[in-house]
Amino acid sequence: MDWAALLVRVSDDRDRTAFARLFRHFAPRVKAFLMKTGTPEAQAEECTQDVMATLWRKAHLYDPTRASAATWIFTIARNRRIDLARRTRPDPEDLPWGPEPELDQAEALIMQQESARLVSALSELPAAQRALIERAFYGEVSHSEIAAETGLPLGTIKSRIRLALDRLRRRLS
Amino acid sequence: MTISHHPANTHLMAHAAGLLPEAFGLIVATHVSMCDECRAQLCSFEALGGAVLDGCTGADMPSGSLEATLARIDAQPEADNQAPTVRSTKDVPPLQSDLPAPLRNYVGCDLESVQWRPVGMGVRQVVLPTGDGATVRLLHIPAGQVVPEHGHNGLEMTLVLRGAFRDHADCFGPGDVEIATEGFDHAPMADPGQDCICLAATDAPLRFNGLLPRLAQPFLQF
Repeated sequence: MDWAALLVRVSDDRDRTAFARLFRHFAPRVKAFLMKTGTPEAQAEECTQDVMATLWRKAHLYDPTRASAATWIFTIARNRRIDLARRTRPDPEDLPWGPEPELDQAEALIMQQESARLVSALSELPAAQRALIERAFYGEVSHSEIAAETGLPLGTIKSRIRLALDRLRRRLS
Repeated sequence: MTISHHPANTHLMAHAAGLLPEAFGLIVATHVSMCDECRAQLCSFEALGGAVLDGCTGADMPSGSLEATLARIDAQPEADNQAPTVRSTKDVPPLQSDLPAPLRNYVGCDLESVQWRPVGMGVRQVVLPTGDGATVRLLHIPAGQVVPEHGHNGLEMTLVLRGAFRDHADCFGPGDVEIATEGFDHAPMADPGQDCICLAATDAPLRFNGLLPRLAQPFLQF
């Protein structure tokens, strides 16, 4: 399923059918993610609705050449979880990404493919190694216990992101 | 300006996961604002977070959850739902500042207007308000000044904003981050020629080796 394209339809056309499909896929996952971080079920449900409403409101900020839909939704859920814990996470300076004058479909497609590859690479990791990564993102380990050697080929996705950054810097200069 | 010292991958991953204490998070966010290489690395750890989210087994949703969410959306003022023509950086006052946005939010002004407090030996500081048990301060070290030798009881991250400093290990210029952990002792010295302004975060008090700075430490708030 091309979640990125659905998100773009939510942004451009305010398409409720596209939103409903995104909701059916991502809302249960966001809720599971919040519950795994220790949020009680009722609050996780409330929060999930909030995250999905934020998705509707901020869909115009989503750039499919930079991230998968899942990644973008992850950052919304993560930030909501930090708010719930009454913590603060300083964000890097915002780059004026905005949608490019014309969406570069080829770049968007490559980014989505790289992201899909990462999802399958994660699922193919030995169970113990995968659990370690998941626990880090669920916040079950402390920051000092995080092992950044994930065993995953993150270099490829990083170089795509780096290319997108370089394109943006050129556009800005 | 070439940045040659970066936060470790563990710090970038912890920040992507939202786990770094705020003080260290401020160092990482400010460094990433100056360093595209680390921005790409941080984004790739966020992509990993996306893969974890995508791969997890969904929780049960009560019937009516989608409808309740749509009702929420309809209750939002329509103005909130419209795409602004220009993306604005939230919470950042429109002032001319030489500080990257995340730090500007904490300092509230540019470097020239900071209300420094002297802490001895010509060094001045401002402690920035953060939670989570770690502290972060802006330090202003006069050109050529040595900060007394000290060790670390926990993690200390120092980001250079202006000028440069060196210790026995290396030298650090604008955008560079020095990471010091337990067992690492140093006496950083600001390079002659320009005052050094840096942002330093730590989760445990420093351990000064000399008697005088140790006596003065309660007053220095180091």
